Amino acid sequence: MEFFSHQTNYPFMATRKVWYTLSALLIVVSLVSFFTRGLNLAIDFTGGVSAEVSFPQATDVDTVRGALVAAGFRDPQVQNFGSSRDIAIRLPPSNQTASEVRQRLDDALKKVNPAVQVVQLDVVGPQVGNELKVSAAWALVFTLAGIFLYIAFRFHTWRLSLGAILAVMHDPILVLGFFSVTQMSFDLAVVAAILAVIGYSLNDTVVVFDRIRERFEGNRRSPPDVVLDQSINQTLSRTIMTKVVTSIVVVALLFLGGPVLKGFSAALLIGIIAGTYSSIYISSAIALDCGLTAEHVFPSVKKAALDHLP
Amino acid sequence: MLEYARWKYLLVAAVLLLALLFALPNFFGEDPALQVARKDKTSMSSSAAHEIEDFLRQRNIHFARSYTDAGRLMVRFGNVADQLAARDAVNDKYQTTYITALSFAPRTPELLRVLGMRPMPLGLDLRGGLYLLYQVDVNSAVAQALEGYAQDARRALATANITPKDVTPLGAESAVRVVLPAGTDVTAARAALNQPFQGLAISSQAGPAGTVITGTMTPAQVRERQDYAIQQNITTLRNRVNELGVSEPIVQRQGVDRINVQLPGVQNSAEVKDILGRVATLEFRLEDMQNNAMEAAALGRAPLGSKLYTHTRFGRPVLLKREVIATGDQLTNATTGQSQEGPAVNIRLDARAGENMLKTTRQNLNKRMAVVLIEKRRETSEVNGRKVSRDVTDETVINDATIRGVFSNQFEITGLGAGEARDLALLLRSGSLATVIYPIEERAVGPSLGRENIQKGVTALIVGMTGVFLFMAIYYKIFGLVADAVLLANVILLTALLSMMRASLSLPGIAGIILTVGMAVDANVLIYERIREELRKGVSPQAAIRAGFEKALSAITDSNITTLIAGVVLWVLGTGPIKGFAVVLILGIATSMFTALMGSRAVLTLMYGGRRKIARLSI
Repeated sequence: MEFFSHQTNYPFMATRKVWYTLSALLIVVSLVSFFTRGLNLAIDFTGGVSAEVSFPQATDVDTVRGALVAAGFRDPQVQNFGSSRDIAIRLPPSNQTASEVRQRLDDALKKVNPAVQVVQLDVVGPQVGNELKVSAAWALVFTLAGIFLYIAFRFHTWRLSLGAILAVMHDPILVLGFFSVTQMSFDLAVVAAILAVIGYSLNDTVVVFDRIRERFEGNRRSPPDVVLDQSINQTLSRTIMTKVVTSIVVVALLFLGGPVLKGFSAALLIGIIAGTYSSIYISSAIALDCGLTAEHVFPSVKKAALDHLP
Repeated sequence: MLEYARWKYLLVAAVLLLALLFALPNFFGEDPALQVARKDKTSMSSSAAHEIEDFLRQRNIHFARSYTDAGRLMVRFGNVADQLAARDAVNDKYQTTYITALSFAPRTPELLRVLGMRPMPLGLDLRGGLYLLYQVDVNSAVAQALEGYAQDARRALATANITPKDVTPLGAESAVRVVLPAGTDVTAARAALNQPFQGLAISSQAGPAGTVITGTMTPAQVRERQDYAIQQNITTLRNRVNELGVSEPIVQRQGVDRINVQLPGVQNSAEVKDILGRVATLEFRLEDMQNNAMEAAALGRAPLGSKLYTHTRFGRPVLLKREVIATGDQLTNATTGQSQEGPAVNIRLDARAGENMLKTTRQNLNKRMAVVLIEKRRETSEVNGRKVSRDVTDETVINDATIRGVFSNQFEITGLGAGEARDLALLLRSGSLATVIYPIEERAVGPSLGRENIQKGVTALIVGMTGVFLFMAIYYKIFGLVADAVLLANVILLTALLSMMRASLSLPGIAGIILTVGMAVDANVLIYERIREELRKGVSPQAAIRAGFEKALSAITDSNITTLIAGVVLWVLGTGPIKGFAVVLILGIATSMFTALMGSRAVLTLMYGGRRKIARLSI
């Protein structure tokens, strides 16, 4: 079986203005949403209490909310999830220690029904949340910096580097935008997924660039846009194949992995789609608009550097 | 023509065989088990183990198997009911000698277990339990050290007949400042301060109001002091966690000033935190030799000037004088060592306590001295249906011994067993625990949620992998099947590596494994697409395979390095489950490179190698 029975020849470079516009639009929407609506940060980052409790009978969320307010908790969020017996509670951070909060929460819930069971309870101090925000931001910075360095080392011309970097930044922005627009809970696992996305997204771009270099080597006289189109077309079935397969497992995680992995797998899925798109339509196009020619890739006499097989 | 070196075949085969062996324990599953350990932390003898086995048989409690592991007895049961019955029975009968803990034991066959092969331990999110993150107040540890320097400085100056205007510890600068009035002999003062300020960076500054001498702790000293405080707290927490009877607890340092505690299977967090959060101090006191402790205990009150205590180890009453010779915050170190009379605990006190000790021992030779451990804890009880909590202070004598000589700030306690000496040093250190710790993060996962998480993870893994396998087989036919075999080998290899490293598996870790399957496909796809391209060019099948591997190599390396960068950053900056995910990601890159490049090359060369003529490839 093959997606394309013979070599495709789509004119990606000729239509690049359309794709630029589309990407710009998505980025603007993402950024506007990010700066106006923000992210629905999980308690990993905000600090506070998140609990899942299970009552023996169906219990009204308002009763639970009332009991929490009576116990002195400020604006508790109380929701059903799964069934009418299972309730999720979220409380804002306070100055109390984790153990004090836990004790008060236990007491308040026992008043509603002594047989209540706390299935899961997370109490995160405000300082821990703040630190995580900082370290998550650092993680993004370090990953991007590491990849910048790698690209600079791998592609000797800034034209390719710039294309790769813009494509790499494009994808996490769209993922953040998605989480901001949908207000899905943004937790630590999502940050891990975004870092993984940065890695994967570049991976496609690198494979295309690898091919561009190879094509330039054989056809130094061909016009750059033709070479770029050929390179993308030749790697197209690989790009799609790999992403389809990765998507199969990510979709399995999304629907079967349970609520803990929901945000993680959603971020990966969006990131993989964005990454595939950007490596096909964006990265090479930017390099072309920066005036990429064979001369930039092979400045002097061409040298065939054959890799050794392991 | 397609060839592959023989040693490479052998390497692939050997690695896969080893991987299979190490991954094997993960497929047997777990049984409920009871872990029985001796309270005094010595190893369980085989006769004691037999005694417990016989006792269980006698009580008609069925167990599948029992063995001693790391000095503890593990008894495996067929079901939870038996496990609970056994725990209650053992607790009833052997309350004073053993601590029991409910746990799970792998059904790994004896042979594999003896060889040290174990399944991956499960993270708290998969087995249920309590996670606590404690903050250690390291600054107060430094402040204490500075206070000690300041005291020593005052004393040294007094001895040298110099009256300072002011001696103050400066917490923010980690320094001690000595202000001398104008007209003081600065050289003499500096000479006097040499000893107490030993190791500090000393500077002096003359001003109109007098001279200021500052002793500053170097950054290395500050760090050492902070590390000491954290290490001390970790030791104390470990000790207390063991008291809880939790199987496979984890107590480890996290970052600069944090300690994380993971207690699998624990649900009642209030009780646990009471025990872990206890504050302990020490007191050294003389024994009251004039009065009879037994009589006092019988009367229930102590004679004037004395106080009645109980010895923790022997349970006998001890009468101690009210005067305190030294307290826990004056204890600078307690370590185990060897003396002529066997194991000993070496104790170091600070200068002030040392002086006091010198005076006391000189006057009380051959009398007895005792060490009292004072623990404060919060006790919650129900009074008329309402929960009332109050602070309780437990004071017990942990050691008493005869004063055999005159000593000051360094001495040893002898006449102890090896285990006893270690415990006493530990208790002394925990009693000198003056740095405060408080919980800043707490996560509890119920056991049912843990089981649910595992189930979901495994289902996602099976469905995801089946999907990928089918897709590859349809898309690449025979070559797809080869890729499937290679993918399977990859998962086995990854499982083996994780089991060997004893890295605990959490839900994000399972997600990492699933993701690795997706990623590992990439390398195969790159190779196969290349082979197809070569075939389209009209190259012979064998040459196409060869060219496919050769030309795909740089792309495979590149694409893996980019993911590796993200993985390494996550590993460095992440904690807990995120670090687990990163470990899986990094190892997955390594295993998928190996299996795709070497494994599938070996299989394909076996299938299509040699000089045979092959008309077409099923790709």
